[in-house]
Amino acid sequence: MGLWQSYKLRWRRKRWRARAFVKRRQLRAVADRTDSIRPGDVLLFSTQRNEGVRLPWFLHYYRELGVDHFLIVDNDSTDGSRAYLAEQPDVSLWHTTASYKRAHYGVDWLNWLQSRYGHGHWCLVVDPDEFLLYPFCDTRPIQALTDWLDSTGVRSFSAMLLDMYPKGRIDAQQYRPGQDPLEIATWFDPGNYSIRKNPDLGNLWIQGGPRARVFFADQPRKAPALNKTPLVKWHRRYAYVSSTHMLLPRGLNLVYDAWGGEKASGILLHTKFLDTLGAKAQEELARGEHYAASREYKAYARAMAETPELWCTWSEKYINWRQLEILGLMSKGNWA
Amino acid sequence: MSGPLGVVMLVHTALERAEQIARHWAAAGCPVVIHVDRSVSRARHDAFARALGDVEHIVFSRRFRCEWGTWGLVAASQAACETMLARFPEVTHVYLASGACLPLRPVEELIDYLAERPQTDFIESATTSEVPWTIGGLHEERFTLSFPFSWKRHRLLFDTYVELQRLVGRKRRLPNGLVPHMGSQWWCLTRQTLSAILQDPERATYDRFFRRVWIPDESYFQSLARLYSRRIESRSLTLSKFDYQGKPHVFYDDHLQLLRRSDCFVARKIWPRANRLYEAFLTDPSSAMKRAEPNPGKIDRLFAKAVERRTRGRPGLYMQSRFPREGFENGVTAGPYSMFQGFAELFEDFEPWLARMTGARVHGHIFAPERAEFADGAHIVAGALSDSAALRDANPKAFLTNLIWNTRGERQCFQFGPRDNQRINWTIAKDPNAQISVISGAWAVPLFRSNRDFAELRAEAAHLQAVEAAHLKVLRSPWTKARIRIWSMAEFVEAPMEPLQTILDELGSRHPARLSEVPRMTDLDGFGRFLQNLKNQGMHPYLMGDFPVEPSAPRRPPKPPRKPYVVR
Repeated sequence: MGLWQSYKLRWRRKRWRARAFVKRRQLRAVADRTDSIRPGDVLLFSTQRNEGVRLPWFLHYYRELGVDHFLIVDNDSTDGSRAYLAEQPDVSLWHTTASYKRAHYGVDWLNWLQSRYGHGHWCLVVDPDEFLLYPFCDTRPIQALTDWLDSTGVRSFSAMLLDMYPKGRIDAQQYRPGQDPLEIATWFDPGNYSIRKNPDLGNLWIQGGPRARVFFADQPRKAPALNKTPLVKWHRRYAYVSSTHMLLPRGLNLVYDAWGGEKASGILLHTKFLDTLGAKAQEELARGEHYAASREYKAYARAMAETPELWCTWSEKYINWRQLEILGLMSKGNWA
Repeated sequence: MSGPLGVVMLVHTALERAEQIARHWAAAGCPVVIHVDRSVSRARHDAFARALGDVEHIVFSRRFRCEWGTWGLVAASQAACETMLARFPEVTHVYLASGACLPLRPVEELIDYLAERPQTDFIESATTSEVPWTIGGLHEERFTLSFPFSWKRHRLLFDTYVELQRLVGRKRRLPNGLVPHMGSQWWCLTRQTLSAILQDPERATYDRFFRRVWIPDESYFQSLARLYSRRIESRSLTLSKFDYQGKPHVFYDDHLQLLRRSDCFVARKIWPRANRLYEAFLTDPSSAMKRAEPNPGKIDRLFAKAVERRTRGRPGLYMQSRFPREGFENGVTAGPYSMFQGFAELFEDFEPWLARMTGARVHGHIFAPERAEFADGAHIVAGALSDSAALRDANPKAFLTNLIWNTRGERQCFQFGPRDNQRINWTIAKDPNAQISVISGAWAVPLFRSNRDFAELRAEAAHLQAVEAAHLKVLRSPWTKARIRIWSMAEFVEAPMEPLQTILDELGSRHPARLSEVPRMTDLDGFGRFLQNLKNQGMHPYLMGDFPVEPSAPRRPPKPPRKPYVVR
């Protein structure tokens, strides 16, 4: 990388941080419990809008994993989820009525909160429909992972988005609050992911899975990106650039080995495809607050109307992280 | 009255766990000397010391700053051992441990084990040239150069100073002809050996030398023990494994059974929050009462596999945390596969025939412009790989590597030709797993059999020939690594059995002896005339070799259509 490029990226990073700094004014604290954060705590950052039905399981799942504190931005929910979150003893909650899209799909808000509260902590940035798996997550809490990453001098941890879906119509089974969404969305595509390297920021672009297969088969380049780096030992100088797909400084994007070896990595089980999607797609289409003119939601709305089934004969039924490791979707690396 | 085994504990973090371990040793009658790193605050140190105040035979030694790779660790061990030898005269063996060490077997067993071997020093100690575990390229130079700068805090200075010394050819000499030895820093020495090292009149000389050695805690006692020990057993009683960066592997709750079966006396490093491990090994007296030799083989294999995965990875896998550069794949694809060009054109039933003969999965043209023609007309195959041409063409290499990865254990065969997406050519040509068989010019057969306008045919033929010629150039380039066989069509038609037999042999045929059944060749009567027509139109078909315009009577009887035959 030349000096000039490195200089440009530096300014790009500063611009992202400046945006975050400006957008901080849009956030109003509803419940600020950040003084209970102790050094070494693992923090979770998220934005949410009308995800009330998902929140009980979401909080439960990450509490079990060992997350110590949740910092959540509520984008003007109308389903009572704000009050629910404000009651939780380990949640700090901010409220905003500003545009999700103009805050770069929430990135600006979270960049701000992370620079303010995340410095020196391992920070996990996930949506309420994303569930992190990492090697040995069934026997070791997340602090085992972060301690190990610390000891090996690793600052960022990759977890690819894996779209989960039910067998049969997406809207056939109703998801109830507090239910494990994997009871319904049990299936996934095991081996149709395509990877390119982004020469600009050094991250990998991963596309594929059921969304590419069903919704974007004729325009694959427009299929949603699945690469994510949700777990980072945060420094106030860092910034997420596009959702959690990539970061600056770009060294944080080097979560893969280029010399034949495997680094440790995890999976974000993406449980978007439940019966709740139909209503969500309609609402989000009306609001137009999503990426690329809500292209994705348009495709969902269309597909939901036509063939609301993602399952195929070669879909794989989810068992545990070891299964995903054997399939080559995630890796233990040298963690044993 | 304290026991014959003294434990020196070096402690720097997780003091609560260290306290637990110290109590455990002491409860078995072992005197314990604890060294707390100077970087631990006075207040925390005092609280820690107070917490252990109620236990007899626990003593704290003078504190040093222990930074990894520096002299401080040796100085700390020396001071603590001196305290141990002076304060507890009945101690016969001194065990050096850390706060993250966990005794796996009852301490009495360790005491008995040592009592049966009263003269033996357990210290891993090998000459520098024979150890594979040095990290960072510093072997001999650990001793012959000097290292005044911290590797952790002043990496640049450290590296520059090393380079500088290499430049001027610096070579420090070891005092008194000492032979440098290295090994695990966790040892168990007898009183005789340890006191001989600590009370050596030359100790000041040795200390001065080792003060500037790189990672002296892995070499100081290891080298000096060679001078005095009567019997060295070159292994550590502490199970301690290192990864490829020289960092110790950590044990967690899920290693419980593995650790139990290892029969090792002590293991490190234990994750401080591995509650189940601490509970199981510190409170459960029935855990192991067998007099077995330590057997860390299983754990060795586990960690060796982890390092292998980190450094070499799984061949043919491309994923979020493994994306090798070209040339570093350690296998472009996950397993061998075969690509056939021209066979499906020349033989009418080549695909089913091949599937019958070999048991392999035989696809059609998976890079065809319309769709990926998977075997049996499937639209989706293993891994939920779609037959969409657009998806495939967005990343043909990923398509191929996915197909081969998803079907590990089942041989894949597919057809290829100049009509197909040619962007995959270099990938396959450079893949040692690829077995490529080409009948050049066979693309002309479907044209010959088709019923299209000749002008159209001529244009298409010219195009296909140009594409195939470019492909053949790739296949014949010096960079190819695939196993490649190319026949011109004329050559192949002349004697088809031999090549077919070779291909089957390589694929591992179901009927290893001889070809019992051969595919049906397309009727080529008039093919020579067709080629001549192309020539007459100004196009020059050459890839298929020479076909006579009118076949001479004996070579090619006109009717009945040629029957397959078996070469004897």
